[in-house]
Amino acid sequence: MVGVDDQVIRKRQRERARVMAVLLGAFVVLLFFITMAKTALNW
Amino acid sequence: MPSLEMTSAAHLPAEWRDFLALTKPRVMSLVVFTGLCGLLAAPALPPFVLCFTAILCIALGAGACGALNQWYEADIDALMRRTAKRPLPAGRMERPSALHFGVGLAAFSVILMGLATNWLAAALLTGSILFYVLIYTVWLKPRTAQNIVIGGAAGAFPPLIGWVAATGHVAVLPLLLFAIIFLWTPPHFWALSLFVRSDYAAAGIPMLPVVAGATSTRRQIFIYSLPMAAAAVAPWPMRLTGPIYGVSAAALSLLFLLFAARVLASTAAEPAQMQAEKKLFGYSIFYLFALFGALVADRWIAW
Repeated sequence: MVGVDDQVIRKRQRERARVMAVLLGAFVVLLFFITMAKTALNW
Repeated sequence: MPSLEMTSAAHLPAEWRDFLALTKPRVMSLVVFTGLCGLLAAPALPPFVLCFTAILCIALGAGACGALNQWYEADIDALMRRTAKRPLPAGRMERPSALHFGVGLAAFSVILMGLATNWLAAALLTGSILFYVLIYTVWLKPRTAQNIVIGGAAGAFPPLIGWVAATGHVAVLPLLLFAIIFLWTPPHFWALSLFVRSDYAAAGIPMLPVVAGATSTRRQIFIYSLPMAAAAVAPWPMRLTGPIYGVSAAALSLLFLLFAARVLASTAAEPAQMQAEKKLFGYSIFYLFALFGALVADRWIAW
């Protein structure tokens, strides 16, 4: 029973880590474009 | 052994889908749409990426409100059929996780809004989140039948925030957009609460149909629809919009009043018989989408 729980925990942790990685990557890209836009506007 | 299963599930880390469910994505779609329309109705637009970020921040702020609302109301949600399957009452997530997620998302949305657009928009976003969570969810909703009347202001902020994110200042038109959603909220929610009255009664939430009865609620729906229709049409005679919006707003509002009049005339007692109420609820969602869509069309086609 503990083994099954462990598997489920690991699976969920992996999925959450993947989603977090994608979101962080998207945030970095967004920050880059925000910086470019604000630099161009001289804000 | 349902209690054992629930305990076991609560010890597992929540799935990312449950965090997404905390943000109430369906409610968010209307918030994002009205915020986008407020932004697109502004006289001048910043670069695309800043517009995108402003709408993203409005969406994240709305998501934070949803998460904090579900954190605070987990016990009430467990008592209502409509909400019992949400992550917290269903035991798929622990309560502190929802609180941390909601607070983190709120802070992130406000800081990003301030850095990307302007701090007035960030201040309005902060105000709308605090208003929804503290004034509506914590204070008004469990205490008074007028909860939705005052609490409706929280949902009225997005077009104002969108406009301010684009322009940096408040103007008359976005304040009218605020007023439209503020006055639209009571008929919209009271129509819903008429046919889910037993849910609210079971959870002890003093929604108007529970406290004042169906007849009084139907009368209030019609009364509130009148100033809502007036506010919806007002931008046209005030020369803030053109005829595309004006004619659309007049036609849509007239239809809204007809649906509200049918609710006023309805005597149905059982939810299954409340066709007029269900039609008004469905139409009220379409009404807001169509009205704000007409506003953007008017701004981009006619000007």
